[in-house]
Amino acid sequence: MSLANNLSTSMISSSSSAFLAPTSFNARTRSVSVPLKSLNIVKCVATPQEQQIAYKTKVSRNANIAKLQAGYLFPEVARRRAAHLLKYPNAQVISLGIGDTTEPIPDVITSAMAKRSHALSTLEGYSGYGAEQGEKAVRAALASTFYGNLGIEEEDIFVSDGAKCDISRLQVVFGSNVTMAVQDPSYPAYVDSSVIMGQTGQFQKDVEKYANIEYMRCTPENGFFPDLSTVARTDIIFFCSPNNPTGAAATREQLTRLVQFAKDNGSIIVYDSAYALYMSDENPRSIFEIPGAKEVAIETASFSKYAGFTGVRLGWTVVPKQLLFSDGFPVAKDFNRIVCTCFNGASNISQAGGLACLSPEGLEAMQEVIGFYKENTKIIVETFNSLGFKVYGGQNAPYVWVHFPGRNSWDVFSEILEKTHIVTTPGSGFGPGGEGFIRVSAFGHRENVLEACRRFKQLYN
Amino acid sequence: MYKLSACCSMSCGISLPPKMILASLRGHKQGNGRCTNVPRNVNLEKLQNNYLFPEISKRELQHLEKYPNAKVISLGIGDTTEPIPEQISLSMANYAHALSTAEGYRGYGAEQGNQVLRKAIAETFYKDVAIKDTEVFVSDGAQCDISRLQLLLGSKVTIAVQDPSFPAYIDSSVIIGQAGDFQDKTGKYQNIEYMQLGPQNNFFPNLTITPRTDIIFFCSPNNPTGHAATRKQLQQLVEFARDNGSIIIFDSAYATYVSDDSPKSIFEIPGAKEVAIEISSFSKFAGFTGVRLGWTVVPEELLFSGGFPVIHDFNRIVCTCFNGASNISQAGGLACLSSEGFQAIRAVIDYYKENARILVDTFASLGLEVYGGVNAPYVWVHFPGSKSWNVFAEILEKTHIITVPGSGFGPGGAEYIRISAFGRRERIIEASWRLEKLFSMGKSPLLTV
Repeated sequence: MSLANNLSTSMISSSSSAFLAPTSFNARTRSVSVPLKSLNIVKCVATPQEQQIAYKTKVSRNANIAKLQAGYLFPEVARRRAAHLLKYPNAQVISLGIGDTTEPIPDVITSAMAKRSHALSTLEGYSGYGAEQGEKAVRAALASTFYGNLGIEEEDIFVSDGAKCDISRLQVVFGSNVTMAVQDPSYPAYVDSSVIMGQTGQFQKDVEKYANIEYMRCTPENGFFPDLSTVARTDIIFFCSPNNPTGAAATREQLTRLVQFAKDNGSIIVYDSAYALYMSDENPRSIFEIPGAKEVAIETASFSKYAGFTGVRLGWTVVPKQLLFSDGFPVAKDFNRIVCTCFNGASNISQAGGLACLSPEGLEAMQEVIGFYKENTKIIVETFNSLGFKVYGGQNAPYVWVHFPGRNSWDVFSEILEKTHIVTTPGSGFGPGGEGFIRVSAFGHRENVLEACRRFKQLYN
Repeated sequence: MYKLSACCSMSCGISLPPKMILASLRGHKQGNGRCTNVPRNVNLEKLQNNYLFPEISKRELQHLEKYPNAKVISLGIGDTTEPIPEQISLSMANYAHALSTAEGYRGYGAEQGNQVLRKAIAETFYKDVAIKDTEVFVSDGAQCDISRLQLLLGSKVTIAVQDPSFPAYIDSSVIIGQAGDFQDKTGKYQNIEYMQLGPQNNFFPNLTITPRTDIIFFCSPNNPTGHAATRKQLQQLVEFARDNGSIIIFDSAYATYVSDDSPKSIFEIPGAKEVAIEISSFSKFAGFTGVRLGWTVVPEELLFSGGFPVIHDFNRIVCTCFNGASNISQAGGLACLSSEGFQAIRAVIDYYKENARILVDTFASLGLEVYGGVNAPYVWVHFPGSKSWNVFAEILEKTHIITVPGSGFGPGGAEYIRISAFGRRERIIEASWRLEKLFSMGKSPLLTV
């Protein structure tokens, strides 16, 4: 199986080390534009001779991208991991950082994908362009599996290549003239895509927030649900539950308040339900379980953490037909237009896999894999509890949110990495509300999780 | 920011533009339900119609409803029809099976694409022009890359497109906010520079009269005209870009259809690395229209006006707004680039090219002005004095053949019809026969001009 060997994943993207934060480029760019006669002054900056007279186009850099502070969080974590491996080439590094699935995909699902692949070589089985909104069978299966009694129909569902991509497509739908709110801490793609889209002002270093974004603080003190009475109105509210990174799952009562808040303000909730099947408690798994939500919410979801499809790429977004812009225009129509123009459908092979996931056998198999990661989560929670840490999450999501009061989270990240060769994710990467926390992800082979916990115990005993 | 205590009332007035018909929303009652207070994106309001190809699909469906027994032949949307060569689908199947094993399972891939695949793309297509694997970004297709490039560039750049051109360049430009308002009189968006192409200028724009724009979208071999720019023409284009400090976005999705010695990559032109990005796709190359795989080349030498490398920002977009092409599709891509895989794909490309030749011959023998079909799988037929949607409708009504009206590609396509050469050979032959019947002996009113 030489191809499989060749196609080894690199969590460390080949280019990640080259793509440093923009600030580290300022010196180079300044020296590039400095006139030749002043070169002596900037000799301290090592710039290749040819760079100094390098041709530049006259196209201005997108000012929005220039606002971004550093690389996207997870490539940054990957970079640190790579640097660590260079330092300690023999270290048995355990990755509990990036939430990357590790367990094989159940046979029933991969067989379906293999079958579809083979079929593409036959006259009867070959298919070209699929509907941009997704294959009918997949949309129907998603509707009946996840939204059966909730009045969400096949045509409200748009199949995608993943929630991360859908988040950006939603931003393209909304445009630059909307305001948004996020939980703080939150999955970084909401904020970053907002910056790229031009919805925000500059990053304010003193508070570590972008101007024009409403950050809804979620802490142990408020049960990781924002105090909506202190939240200003925004057009869009990103809300992830079960939450990445805190693991908190909003209750029915909380979501009812959220929906009411959105209704009162005429806002749109973008509800990220990527971890819904990790729910242990009786909390809602879909925002559409809340009455009235169809008029105020979009829901995005993914096969990544359910079926180990992080590399296969498949997700979906629900835009109810009842959701209207202020002039009455249906949001779904604009989303459809974006999907038809800026996208060309998820891979047909991935969709075949998705359909298999939603068969009774597939659903059962997925639950088993999810159960495996949930057991990992339990082990990690117990470990940190036993060490006397304040531990959050882990009950309804594959993330454990550990409090290190008064400490800088990148420092804790580095300490853990240096002393135990375990990669985690520093809480501040998810927003200022994450400072003082570390996110430990529960994706990993059981023996690695157990070994990691042994090392944590050694470090913190 | 302030808190609003009331949402809008039930009777929010909806006046949907009449052109905005969307079948999937049938049953939605106007004025029913409550509106949010979120304003619609004004850029999306500027779009004139639905995206072109779903419109064509819709017409096909309507036609089938009218004539349920008609044997419709689709030469409209350029959708591949021939099966993918076995060794390629086999490698995808094997990769899928491997995902069920401990050794073969893979999670997130690098957002920029699998390293081995990036290398293979660089070596297969850019060997002689020294493009590095680190400059190749694997994607889920050129259409998606076009929009990611627009996100990269932002709303404040100006663009030029060929006229006619693949509609995604203009539509994505409107969506991102670059294009200004649509002007009914000219059929053009205010801020977009339309570089007219036609037989009169050998399907290459007159650059001496083209104003400067930041970005120039250029597709060669061209969709829809089928024209492949010559080396000399591309040298002029690169020089024009250099003089103006512009960036060319070169769409080479049909490069493997080139029959003569026209350049297959913009980077064959010296100096191009400092002024161009190239996008490409496995769709028409390998029949991957549904599998979804493509790539974009951003040379390290390409710099914004302040000296910042474009590749860094594109990487940021790819890492933030995307999560990599499907690993199974990438396995397929790698198989496509093996020597046996490539050879097998060549045979399929030749099959489509033979289709194109048959169609060109058909139209030529009818005395119609026909272009393209030699370096691209599209045939571009001129019906002087006509309106292309009328020609489209006439052909559909009388021969049950779907084509694409040229005006869907811009005002420069107004009198043209695009016929795509993707199809089973028997259907191409059948289509040719039906077209001969329609157009011979002056039977069609379209030929009375």
